[in-house]
Amino acid sequence: MTTSPVMLRHNKIDLALHSLRAEPLDAAVPTRPLLLLHGLGDRSPTSVPHWCASWPGPIAALDFTGHGDSTVPAGGGYSPELLMADVDQALAHLTDGDPARSITVLGRGLGAYVALQIAGARAGQIHGAILVDGPGLAGGPTGPTSQSVFALDTDGTSPDPYALVELGRDLRPGDYAISFVNLANAGSPVATPITVASSFRPKWLAAVAEAPGVAESSLPDALDTYA
Amino acid sequence: MPSFADGTVTPIRPGDRRAASTTVDPMAHADDDSGLDEYGESPFPGARRPDRAYDLPAHGVQIAVYEWGAADAPPLMMMHGGFDFARTFDGFAPKLADAGWRVVSWDQRGHGNSEHAPMYSWDGDLRDTLAVFDHVAGGRPIPVVGHSKGGALMTQLADAQPHRFRCLVNMDGIPYKRNIPDVAEHERTTMLAKDLAGWLDHRGRTATASRKPGTLDDLARRRGRMNPRLPHEWLRRLVTTGGFESDDGWRWKIDPALRFGGFGPWRPEWMLMRLPGLPMPFLGILGAEMEEMGWGTPPHKVLPYMPLDGRCEVLEGVGHFVHIERPDLVSGIVLDFIGAPA
Repeated sequence: MTTSPVMLRHNKIDLALHSLRAEPLDAAVPTRPLLLLHGLGDRSPTSVPHWCASWPGPIAALDFTGHGDSTVPAGGGYSPELLMADVDQALAHLTDGDPARSITVLGRGLGAYVALQIAGARAGQIHGAILVDGPGLAGGPTGPTSQSVFALDTDGTSPDPYALVELGRDLRPGDYAISFVNLANAGSPVATPITVASSFRPKWLAAVAEAPGVAESSLPDALDTYA
Repeated sequence: MPSFADGTVTPIRPGDRRAASTTVDPMAHADDDSGLDEYGESPFPGARRPDRAYDLPAHGVQIAVYEWGAADAPPLMMMHGGFDFARTFDGFAPKLADAGWRVVSWDQRGHGNSEHAPMYSWDGDLRDTLAVFDHVAGGRPIPVVGHSKGGALMTQLADAQPHRFRCLVNMDGIPYKRNIPDVAEHERTTMLAKDLAGWLDHRGRTATASRKPGTLDDLARRRGRMNPRLPHEWLRRLVTTGGFESDDGWRWKIDPALRFGGFGPWRPEWMLMRLPGLPMPFLGILGAEMEEMGWGTPPHKVLPYMPLDGRCEVLEGVGHFVHIERPDLVSGIVLDFIGAPA
């Protein structure tokens, strides 16, 4: 059962962080929070999904900018990197700003790509990133294209149409994704800081899956590894 | 900050810091706010305020637009670079306006008098640009001039929507890959880790951040560290046209959320791939002197990518701000290239 989300300020955006499970299953067992990141055009679940119910610790879920209960800004300008900064705000909240504490992230679709990025950027605080199928997993091209320039009618409702278009076509070259794997490997205390648990492997994710330090497993096994 | 949100053209008045002729005042050298003209701006030889200024609603973001020249003259679009603003054309734009053009420029979102947007991206900048194009030219092709990031953005737009361009002038805005030689891969990873952590830390402060205050000359000197080839008097003018004065001093108007540099999947050299296919007449103007705010583009790397109707001028002994360092030379080259107003 979810309660009212905590609203976190990221620049001019209010981000909704939902607490799906506030306390660990067993208070006597040390655990860390699991943060769920939704796919493109989706929103956070309202209760603990069955596919991560085995996680022993607290579970939270973040609505990205322009999604769910988070602010829908005017004028677009989305990038996965900005969503990574959204996650950084949630990370700071879930660890009380203590850089010695860590969380595990589980991302679906677009959230998987963002989970990979934060696993590299904050390698010391991400105790495993699990990349799972979901909307927006593929992203856009891996190189330059003659992309259209467009404007949309928006009315502030979620999900933001600009998010759907801009985050559905963002450039995802494999070597750029690999740079986050390298960062995670260099800075994480975990031997395999990233686990690919998806069936679909777009080019960027296929490159990640083949990189050193990346595990491939089922979702239950990945949760068990990082618990 | 003045706001004319209905998009109507607003005449320039004394006290309105947007847009009129100035004269040189020797007091402009003083380390204080003396020597400002009746508009509160620091004068510079040849610099002229826009003749008109207004805000344009651009799909949810208010964009500040400026025009030099007769309102019924043929339009010419001019786009500034990153961390600049339209009034940096105060010296250059009047030279084209005096040749019979209606020179239209605008502050990119988050820059100058335009709205501080929740998010920034090239897609967003291009979308704002379309609103200005539609307002000024409808669907007619017109000449376009861009400097630095403005040149790169206009090159991308020319590739995506060539029907809007009669011709394109790119002033030192052709990106090229900057290699960092002799750095091992693990050191590159360390560098990227620091860049990312620094950027995320910055993002965590943007909700409450403000630009650092100082005297007018403090801000001019700070800018001078990025623009060492430009005279202090010019930089003072930039402060009084791109900054504002509050109780504790002058601050730049640019959104504190914006940060120089950055990272991402986009590679500067990809812009080169768009150049050969541009169907409109193209003129590149490169300054041969490398500067921090420039792309560091070696001319010999660019010349092989010229389009069929393109050429490139390389100005020896000139830095990134070609139009500010050599306004007479560069405006002459541009006017010769774009032809008579029509």
